[in-house]
Amino acid sequence: MTLKTNYQLMNADEMRGTLDRLADEILAAHDGRPLVLVGIQRRGVPMAQRLAKTMAEKANVQSQLGILDINLYRDDLTHVAVQPIVRRTELPPQIDDKDVILIDDVLYTGRTVGAALRALTDFGRMRTIQLAVFVDRGHRELPVEANFTGRKIPTKDNEVVEVRLTEVDGEDAIYVMETE
Amino acid sequence: MDLVIKSGRLIDPARGIDAVVDVVVRDGKIASIGKANVPDIPQFDATGLIVAPGFFDIHVHLREPGTEEAETIASGGAAAVAGGFAAVAAMPNTKPPNDNPSITSYIISEARRSSPALVFPIGAVTREQKGETLAEIGEMVEAGIVGISDDGKPVMDGRLFRRALEYAQLFNLPVIQHCEDLNLSKGGVMHEGVYSTRLGLKGIPSSAEDTMVSRDLILAETTGGKYHVAHLSTRRAVEMVRQAKAQGLNITAEVTPHHFTLTDAAVAEYDTNAKMNPPLRSQDDVDALRKGIADGTIDAIASDHAPHHSNLKMLEFDRAPFGITGLETAVGLAFTELQLPIGRLIEMFAINPQKIMRVAPWGLFEGSGAHLTILDPKRQWKFDVSQSRSKSRNSPFHGREMTGKAVATIVHGKVVYEDRS
Amino acid sequence: MKRKDLLGIRELECGEILEILDTAESMKELSSRPIKKVPTLRGKTIINLFFEASTRTRTSFEIAGKWLSADVVNVSMSNSSVSKGETLIDTARTLDSMSADCVVIRHASSGAPHTIARMTKARVINGGDGAHEHPTQALLDALTIRQHKSGLSGLKVAIVGDIAHSRVARSNIHLLTKFGSDVWACSAPTLMPVKMDELLTENQERLHLTHSMDEALDQADVIMMLRVQFERMNESFFPSVREYFRYYGLSRERATRAKPEAIIMHPGPINRGVEITSEVADGPFSVILDQVASGVAVRMAILYLMVGV
Repeated sequence: MTLKTNYQLMNADEMRGTLDRLADEILAAHDGRPLVLVGIQRRGVPMAQRLAKTMAEKANVQSQLGILDINLYRDDLTHVAVQPIVRRTELPPQIDDKDVILIDDVLYTGRTVGAALRALTDFGRMRTIQLAVFVDRGHRELPVEANFTGRKIPTKDNEVVEVRLTEVDGEDAIYVMETE
Repeated sequence: MDLVIKSGRLIDPARGIDAVVDVVVRDGKIASIGKANVPDIPQFDATGLIVAPGFFDIHVHLREPGTEEAETIASGGAAAVAGGFAAVAAMPNTKPPNDNPSITSYIISEARRSSPALVFPIGAVTREQKGETLAEIGEMVEAGIVGISDDGKPVMDGRLFRRALEYAQLFNLPVIQHCEDLNLSKGGVMHEGVYSTRLGLKGIPSSAEDTMVSRDLILAETTGGKYHVAHLSTRRAVEMVRQAKAQGLNITAEVTPHHFTLTDAAVAEYDTNAKMNPPLRSQDDVDALRKGIADGTIDAIASDHAPHHSNLKMLEFDRAPFGITGLETAVGLAFTELQLPIGRLIEMFAINPQKIMRVAPWGLFEGSGAHLTILDPKRQWKFDVSQSRSKSRNSPFHGREMTGKAVATIVHGKVVYEDRS
Repeated sequence: MKRKDLLGIRELECGEILEILDTAESMKELSSRPIKKVPTLRGKTIINLFFEASTRTRTSFEIAGKWLSADVVNVSMSNSSVSKGETLIDTARTLDSMSADCVVIRHASSGAPHTIARMTKARVINGGDGAHEHPTQALLDALTIRQHKSGLSGLKVAIVGDIAHSRVARSNIHLLTKFGSDVWACSAPTLMPVKMDELLTENQERLHLTHSMDEALDQADVIMMLRVQFERMNESFFPSVREYFRYYGLSRERATRAKPEAIIMHPGPINRGVEITSEVADGPFSVILDQVASGVAVRMAILYLMVGV
């Protein structure tokens, strides 16, 4: 499967601005209770780290960080071409009664979030679970919506939205690609 | 049975015959050898083929009485003639073992009734083959045995084996030993070497065979008995037999086709069709066996045909029984794997076996029983185990391509097997 | 995992081994969760077919399967069914009729898992066959070593004990030499297999054989002690326990020959005072309990990679 780039959705500056706005929205909605930002492996993790840092700088709000690998909870393993790599999961020990914000780069079918919700229930009973994503590209297969969205764009079935983050990919950019 | 075999190349090394002539058979016996014109009796066209004295496989397990699901005298005989053997010598480790004249007589009469090949029973050395006391060897001779052996097992007790060698001289019987020190080989399931270590299987060291060959050769020397080593498999054993013969001892030895063809590498992924006793050994041993064949140290090729029901071979390697079939592939393997002059091949399959066993000889001479093997050294063929006449399927040679085959077998003047394809 | 079966380490490539170890690493945290369960293998049937008694390995596989939500069934094939004439092919057919997705086999005969694997559709994991291989043990040993020594290359690993009858030794030798470590296999002369110097078809130069425990332990990074089986005494492999301990037992004094930070390993169960003293087995450098924890993680990883997709 080869990908060709259709267009660049955002550059580094635009991404910084978007993350900044997401942080503002989260802060505005925050009522002072303990907050846990759980990044979904793989790119949700650096996203969560950046958000936590921004929120601490802007409003001195300290949030805990968590990492969640959802591969052991997928319901669509048989449809995945290559067996996904299982990465680390690390959540703060006392997660009961806390407010969790799941953080991911792209919201598409909603199945990743579905798996993440299944995973979180095994860790305890959180007070609330919300979702923050960089890009919502539509085509939901489950009743899932993000509470905080960076950019919403319509996409075609054969398109792929690639969010690149320096921590993982060496650059900050978002591209919309197409499979040939 | 009357028959004329026309225009074959007759080769009988024992009688110095090598000529293209006809053989006339009357009433199951050879009436004349020479140009013949007898149109009134059945003709067998042997043009381009070799006519030899009937091959004799002196080490075969027919499994009857007792284990008829693996083989019977009838099916074993059918497999024998399909392999070019006019005669076989049947080992006594049946159930019950052939350690008395009634079992011997049973085997002979059943063979007469149902086997296309001649069957010569070998009697046990010891009662029930337990290795404790001598069996009634003389009685069995009267009934028709042609040799004695506890094959399957050795006679471990040196004193008892000495007695056997002495006693058998009364009847001019060969004493055939399966050489294996059971203490050294205990628990082993394949040759002790690189492959047994890699596969994690317990090994049977060459020393288990060599120590007994060594002991037996000394006993043979000191008793003057007629001693025959069954299924030789190691370099050292070949060397010891060579030396013993050089000293003029009354020693003979046989080798199986699988021992000069395959090595212990054949076990590969735990293939039970590569499990037999003595086991397949190293390339070095195979080389020594081939040299022993070429220089006359080894007298005969015998298959050690050991059929087992397929259920038994589908067990884990440790538990599967030892043994493979071999009657139908022996001649083909000898042709293909050894580059022997045809006379030597016939010697090893037909002439020497008759000298080793206590049988009335047959061959290309007037008055002989008409037991003949017709060979085509150029025939290309592939062994298909599913077409085997044996009841059993435990052969590692399925699909093996060979050049050279016995294309017909004649017993008492009757063509009991023919392959004109 | 592309292979149908995991029968030994010998045929694995380093990439395959690392995939298992890395996955196991990620799965380790499951043991510290309040709810030790993930739905990954829900609806999959895993059968533990143990022809040889083993509480340790079987329990480890059972926990691994259950934490992954698989249906785990333990079948103990006692010797009586073997003598009743039940053959391996019957067993294999039974597995297929039970729609087993995966079978873990432990058998006293080398090659039994290979024979069954040829005859069944289920994916077969070798839980230890005769003296041949015990791949999951070598993998969990590797995970443990990697955890303590930050890698698997360039180490000196001493394996001491009954090498001739040890599948654990063989599997570890295959794995460690593949990764570029040197393995010193040490045993009494009676317990060293014939042609052991030709065991490997590659990296043979990384395998060193010795009868001297001092030589094996000298500057070792890892000491792996093997379990002594008392039946070997009856077969005259060595005369007595006392004599065995004197020459091949690991005491604190002996252990000082190794590097100061050397770790002590044992596949278990240990014979205290025979091949290893309690002092060493329970001491600060023993990682025997880590091995057990690694065992569950490695087995979860293997089950996930074999049956998870």
